[in-house]
Amino acid sequence: MAHPALAQAFVDNRERAQWHDKALWFVREKRDRMASSVPEWELLRETASNIKRHTQSRMAEYLEQFEANATKNGIVVHWAADAHEHNEIVLSILKRHSVKRLVKSKSMLTEECHLNPFLEEHGIDVVDTDLGERIVQLRKETPSHIVLPAIHIRKEEVGECFHEHLGTEKGASDPNYLTEAARNHLRERFCRADAGLTGVNFAIAETGGIVICTNEGNADLGVGLPKIHIACMGMEKLLPRAKDLSVFLRLLARSATGQPVTTYSSHFHGPQPGCEMHVVIVDNGRSEILKSPEFRRSLDCIRCGACMNTCPVYRRSGGHSYEATVPGPIGSILTPLQTPEKHNSLPFACTLCGSCTDVCPVKIDLHQQLFTLRELLDNKRLIGTSKKLSMKVVSGVMSRTWLFNLLGGIARTSLRFMPRFLIYNPLNAWGKQRDLPDAPKQSFRQQYAERQKQKGGGKS
Amino acid sequence: MYGTPVAPPTGLACHGFRAHRMKVALFIPCYIDQFYPNVGMATVAVLEHFGVQVEFPEAQTCCGQPMANSGCMDEARPLAEKFVNTFDGYEYVVAPSGSCVSMVRNHYDHLCDHHDERSATVRRRTLELSEFLTTVLKVSNVPGRFPHQVGLHQSCHGLRELRLGPSSEVMKPRDSMMESLLTGLEGIRFSKLSRRDECCGFGGTFAVAEEAISCMMGDDRVNDHVSSGTEVLTAGDMSCLMHLEGIIRRRKIPMRVMHFAEIMAEAIGVTKVAT
Repeated sequence: MAHPALAQAFVDNRERAQWHDKALWFVREKRDRMASSVPEWELLRETASNIKRHTQSRMAEYLEQFEANATKNGIVVHWAADAHEHNEIVLSILKRHSVKRLVKSKSMLTEECHLNPFLEEHGIDVVDTDLGERIVQLRKETPSHIVLPAIHIRKEEVGECFHEHLGTEKGASDPNYLTEAARNHLRERFCRADAGLTGVNFAIAETGGIVICTNEGNADLGVGLPKIHIACMGMEKLLPRAKDLSVFLRLLARSATGQPVTTYSSHFHGPQPGCEMHVVIVDNGRSEILKSPEFRRSLDCIRCGACMNTCPVYRRSGGHSYEATVPGPIGSILTPLQTPEKHNSLPFACTLCGSCTDVCPVKIDLHQQLFTLRELLDNKRLIGTSKKLSMKVVSGVMSRTWLFNLLGGIARTSLRFMPRFLIYNPLNAWGKQRDLPDAPKQSFRQQYAERQKQKGGGKS
Repeated sequence: MYGTPVAPPTGLACHGFRAHRMKVALFIPCYIDQFYPNVGMATVAVLEHFGVQVEFPEAQTCCGQPMANSGCMDEARPLAEKFVNTFDGYEYVVAPSGSCVSMVRNHYDHLCDHHDERSATVRRRTLELSEFLTTVLKVSNVPGRFPHQVGLHQSCHGLRELRLGPSSEVMKPRDSMMESLLTGLEGIRFSKLSRRDECCGFGGTFAVAEEAISCMMGDDRVNDHVSSGTEVLTAGDMSCLMHLEGIIRRRKIPMRVMHFAEIMAEAIGVTKVAT
């Protein structure tokens, strides 16, 4: 289904849509307060953007440097060209160690690769340990937001879900009670796990180490007990130097949730004695995006989710209306670049208001890319025949001033004399909830010409 | 005393520039031409009030934004070329629309021949009305009276593409050109909105293609203005206002909707265009 239909369905429950909008706007306001408390905020954004652009321009070099240094640290580095290879690599590591139970912290990459269903098919018990992700997993859903995966679910619904799966009291909706129940449930899973899998927020070429940011400490718990730690990263997560973190860690937490710092920013520089640490570096279409001058900067994304929180469309249509691993403005670029046929409505799920571009901590020109992406879809003949045809007609009319004047006059006259029920017919999407402007008798140019004539006459 | 016309900023060619009678081409976007002639007339009145000689090149139609925003660059291109041909040779092109001006300034480079000096010049010289008044004419402290509470809707393209004011996301102070021009009017008050620059949801074809979201966004903007006591809703773009007024009228909310140019004209007292 295309975005407009799914968005309509979300808005049909107006009360929920309003609540969703307000919840995310609250996060956006928190971000504003935090950003405004840093005098050098705009300098930080500019610096982050420059570091990312520099890194992307020497991607191969830095990837190899990272691999060399990580290997020196005792980390096993794997390269995956696509999602399938990534999943096979993870499975082979797990199989080699006869892993039955895997605990995972948040990783949008593994969502992108559909790792969970793949591992489950191979008999591995996978538990997402981020609270939001666990809720979504128990409900057999996908995350609707990259930072707040369960933002579309209300606490009463969490209560129902936990009652069914974790045996909490029926009708319970107290967040403290429910969180405590999830904690106990997850603690037990952490203790029983044979391996821990995490995402990667930043990989540092200079040190060969990785950084993982969580608010719940679940990544640390997940990899602390088992002997195997697998970290999966998209290749764009790279930063050249450790000191670059001083820019990115400040931007990430403030942009994501309006916190001064993420609760846990954990640095991993190799396995514990007697343990193994693996890093899987995944391409999965990223090299293609890197090649394109128009869309390359979308790879700068640090997955803070600020563009989702600020997007007036996302806030009102919900993350699932995008039918994509990464929804919202950045997802509306990354997803159609991979699957333009399936996701051709996403670049149009946008008013081009530009709020995403201004909020982005790494200054990705998001709305410009969404604009450019529409042209790409047109070149692939993916914008729909009726839209294309109407644009051809309008362009033809507008190219001829006389025709524009003639048809404008006819349209205004018809609107002036047509009965209301004919104007507001079921095909008039504009008129469903909105009135049309009153059609004036004269156009501007007619009024202006008359005035000039009078003026000329007066002057002689 | 309002500012007298001054020379344009350096770097802009200004052949034929005369200190008190600047020759400016008026660009009236197609939908304003057809549906909001009063906005066009108010723009003329305001510009003439500030000593500008206005010309309306008859050949003009549409800047091509609806096609470009739909991805149809082949359909937008002839209109960009027509625009450049129509407005080539003027000192300035002024339009009562931030959105159409942004189309010309920010997207014509992609549509027109890169080697065509004319298109680069036309692009550079095309300005939104409040921008022209502020940066070229250096108008400030407009004398006039507008004893109403005004809700200023910050149209996105003017705000975030032309930077006519401070966007709430960017942590850098900047004056709002429209607010600065209106603020000296006697009796004027401004609404304090809970979301000062959220998009109205118009978005061109988005208004129809994503009707549900578009109208919910519009509703939310209107509600914000209602609860902050807006008597007159204004903006620099009639397209946003067409959408918001459509909702206001459907919901029978007693709120006047006026383009920024109409407020200026009424406040200065030039509504009835001198003949």
